[in-house]
Amino acid sequence: MIPRPDPAILARRNKRVGLAAAGFVTFMVGLSFAAVPLYTMFCQLTGYGGQPMLGAAAPGATPEARTVTIRFNANTNPALPWHFAPQQASMQLRLGEEGMAFYEARNLTGQAISGVSTYNVTPEIVGRYFHKTACFCFEEQVLEPHQRVDMPLAFWVDPKIMDDAQAREVRTITVNYTFYRSLNDAERSGALANAGEHVGRGRFQR
Amino acid sequence: MAYSADAHGHDDHDHHTPGFVSRWFFSTNHKDIGTLYIIFSLFAAIIGIGLSFLMRLELQSPGMQIFSDGQMWNVYVSAHGLIMVFFVIMPALIGGFGNWFVPIMIGAPDMAFPRLNNISFWLLVPAFLLLGGSMFVGQGAGAGWTIYTPLSDDQYQPGMSMDMALFALHLAGASSILGAANFITTIFNMRAPGMTLHKMPLFVWSMLVTAFLLLLAVPVLGGAITMLITDRNFGTAFFKPEGGGDPVLFQHLFWFFGHPEVYIMILPAFGIVSHVISTFSKKPVFGYLGMAYAMVAIGVVGFVVWAHHMYQSGIDVDTRAYFMAATMVIAVPTGVKIFSWIATMWGGSIRLETPMLFAVGFIFLFTVGGVTGVVLANAGVTQILHNTYYVVAHFHYVLSLGAVFGIYAGIYYWIGKMSGYQYSEKLGKLHFWLTFIGVNLTFFPMHFLGNQGMPRRYPDYPDAFWGWNLVASVGSYISIAAFLFFFYVMYDTFRRKVPASANYWGEGATTLEWQVSSPPPFHTFDELPRIR
Repeated sequence: MIPRPDPAILARRNKRVGLAAAGFVTFMVGLSFAAVPLYTMFCQLTGYGGQPMLGAAAPGATPEARTVTIRFNANTNPALPWHFAPQQASMQLRLGEEGMAFYEARNLTGQAISGVSTYNVTPEIVGRYFHKTACFCFEEQVLEPHQRVDMPLAFWVDPKIMDDAQAREVRTITVNYTFYRSLNDAERSGALANAGEHVGRGRFQR
Repeated sequence: MAYSADAHGHDDHDHHTPGFVSRWFFSTNHKDIGTLYIIFSLFAAIIGIGLSFLMRLELQSPGMQIFSDGQMWNVYVSAHGLIMVFFVIMPALIGGFGNWFVPIMIGAPDMAFPRLNNISFWLLVPAFLLLGGSMFVGQGAGAGWTIYTPLSDDQYQPGMSMDMALFALHLAGASSILGAANFITTIFNMRAPGMTLHKMPLFVWSMLVTAFLLLLAVPVLGGAITMLITDRNFGTAFFKPEGGGDPVLFQHLFWFFGHPEVYIMILPAFGIVSHVISTFSKKPVFGYLGMAYAMVAIGVVGFVVWAHHMYQSGIDVDTRAYFMAATMVIAVPTGVKIFSWIATMWGGSIRLETPMLFAVGFIFLFTVGGVTGVVLANAGVTQILHNTYYVVAHFHYVLSLGAVFGIYAGIYYWIGKMSGYQYSEKLGKLHFWLTFIGVNLTFFPMHFLGNQGMPRRYPDYPDAFWGWNLVASVGSYISIAAFLFFFYVMYDTFRRKVPASANYWGEGATTLEWQVSSPPPFHTFDELPRIR
């Protein structure tokens, strides 16, 4: 008969493997939360998903630089009672040259409302060549009752786009903005509490 | 030396089984807990399959018949998916057969952490009650098993029911993680002398890989649904764009869990099928090491292909190209397994008894599902087939038919071992053919519906889709009749009480569970077996 291993030694070894397993689990839970900032950082650094680059000043255009068409698109989340639209449908811009465009937003209600916007550019591959020098993105904008504002946007397209075999054929870049009602504002006005009946009973009836 | 005394106490142990409450409620015995898991899974299957019966009744003809609206339909679809995944397939394959046979096959007296094992099982019960209860609270949780935001957020699924479903997933996840840690420790530390990793039965290998997948994947689901719960209830904005979050991140997190999860459901079935094929061909399994490492490879590659579920979520073309290529790579180790099973049968002395029928059925159905999986791996093709019934057909072929056939193969293979009573071969075969015809009739037409463009997750459809939907519904009624018939087969087994010998399959069955009596004594391997 083969003797069984000493239970004390076995218990110690089991505990060690058990703790290692617990370590794995803790690490993976941590990783899933760390994914939130990492994901944002990844998109900002690589321009993934059409995330534009921020901050750098335009180098200026050389005389032989190619022109691209920049188109402007605006979306408004239905929960935000604003009118939000670009003031120009499109514009021509030379590579390296800084361009300026305006969106306009109008509060359609009699109360102050704050909104925030998300943005990207399409085709997504040009994200890393599209630089924004000034914009209203991700800052909470407050519009007083019936106030109308112009929202300026400054940007340039990096001439390096010509060195990228997959992006150099792009002649038209679309800038997209989507405005949402800010979370704080929605909470203040109770919109979240009342926003429940978008789906469900009564919606799907023949 | 100190242990030689145990040999005398051995018989006493057997007569000393604890009373009903302490045996079944406070159980620390791996076989009893395995039995509890299997009973639980069969009970959950009645509910989960019952839901699909109602769904097929609704889809039998166009128009709204028995469901009052789309939300109610979504609630049933979601509950069906979550119940089948977390409360039927996983408990049966991992908790049930895993608990029963991993310790016996490696010659261990029990699991490494018997009390943890008990907690793992009893966490499932409140989880199931929470999920079941969520169907009756408010509008129900109708966000699909994928619980994507924004559909699962407080705006589209208001009320408590979604939170109940999410907590149910938390508990079921905790249960799986504890179980996985237990299996890993057991397999690493408690193998009998001579049972090296490269001699371990393939079912144990499959459970080892599954346990690692669980350990790495489920915590990510836990993190994601925790963030979802705080988004819903505490004003955070992890997945809300208006607060700087991103709903697509949820999809990444979910599928980082979700893709390994599908392998978690199928790998144990791979293990069972390997044993059954080898037993009923009277040959050792062909390419043992290749089979073991194919499962490891499937597990590893399974972690880097998740975004093939997200081709339509706006990821760019290069990323899609990568995920497409990586996904197709998985077909290689899977092919190794399929061909090794066939090679095992080749030239073998094949007996087509019920477990073997289910195992061969598994190979056929899993191959069909695998091939449509390769079709769907193409990002371009998915542009058309995304969210159609083609996808429904695909994943039911690998899971509902693949994994479930694995469960049936395991039950018929081992019921004599587990209960001590052998089933009736005639009834078993009848059950197989009813099931085989029923499920194929149910799911094969869904390929056609998908190719014709019928979308998933709707209770109604244009009249053009009527024909194949009617066929699928009739097929599902046959499948459900077969499922009920299975209970009769089990009843018959326990009524007739035909005793099973220790190794009732004869010389093909070589693993350690065939060296102990049927049913095994309450404590197995107090004396360690010697493995050659």
